[in-house]
Amino acid sequence: MKKTNEIKLRFPAKSVNEGFARAAVAAFTSLCDPTVEELSDVKTAVSEAVTNAIVHAYKDRDGQIDVNAAIYEGNLLKIRVKDRGIGIEDVGKAMEPLFTTAGDDRSGLGFTVMQSFSDKLQVRSRPGVGTTVTITKHIKGKETP
Amino acid sequence: MKIKEEEQTLTVYLTGELDHHAAKPMREETDEALLLRRPKTLLLDFSGVSFMDSSGVGFVMGRYKKAAELGCKTAVRGLSQKHERIMRFSGLPQLVEFRKVPVETAVQNHQISGDKK
Repeated sequence: MKKTNEIKLRFPAKSVNEGFARAAVAAFTSLCDPTVEELSDVKTAVSEAVTNAIVHAYKDRDGQIDVNAAIYEGNLLKIRVKDRGIGIEDVGKAMEPLFTTAGDDRSGLGFTVMQSFSDKLQVRSRPGVGTTVTITKHIKGKETP
Repeated sequence: MKIKEEEQTLTVYLTGELDHHAAKPMREETDEALLLRRPKTLLLDFSGVSFMDSSGVGFVMGRYKKAAELGCKTAVRGLSQKHERIMRFSGLPQLVEFRKVPVETAVQNHQISGDKK
């Protein structure tokens, strides 16, 4: 499939950048002429992925987060959120709804939300190396009458 | 964010984007008021929330636990369809009352809470 457009963002894993990351990807997504609902789905999924990297991957250290968003022919959007943090021991367990290692005020729903607001979610992780989350969503936009 | 107390109900009007970053000050302010006022009901009003991810669920869960320790009930209202969908991924609907809010009131709340952030 042919890639028609792409952006790359790199920023430090600071919580203040969560809003920036989702807004930047949303602005890029708007080039596909999405519905309000689709745009909101993308924003939410990106917010979850970036928050995971900040809360878990770089829990006790500084680090960089790479966000890559690409549009393919037919308005297929692929967003990759990559960190070089602690990694996930058991990805299956981490993806279970309500499972969290972060304590009281984290819901354990990050991956559940990412899954339900995208078409496909891929998580690759190696302990000590890092995690890459890839969110795929077909932007259908407004139905043409 | 604005906090109002009336007839032993502490109403917290949340505003703006509720993500992991914004949740921290909201949590601190709510918990402080909860401890100080000791209401019978904690009502979290989401009418002024423009964006929310699963951090919003964690925020409500955490407040529910704090409130329950003080013998206080928790309720939420003014959730958009999408925000309610996110809340319902969790066990929250069994613990917290989901109140419907008339559209007019929701708009008013939004305007009130939009004045001051």
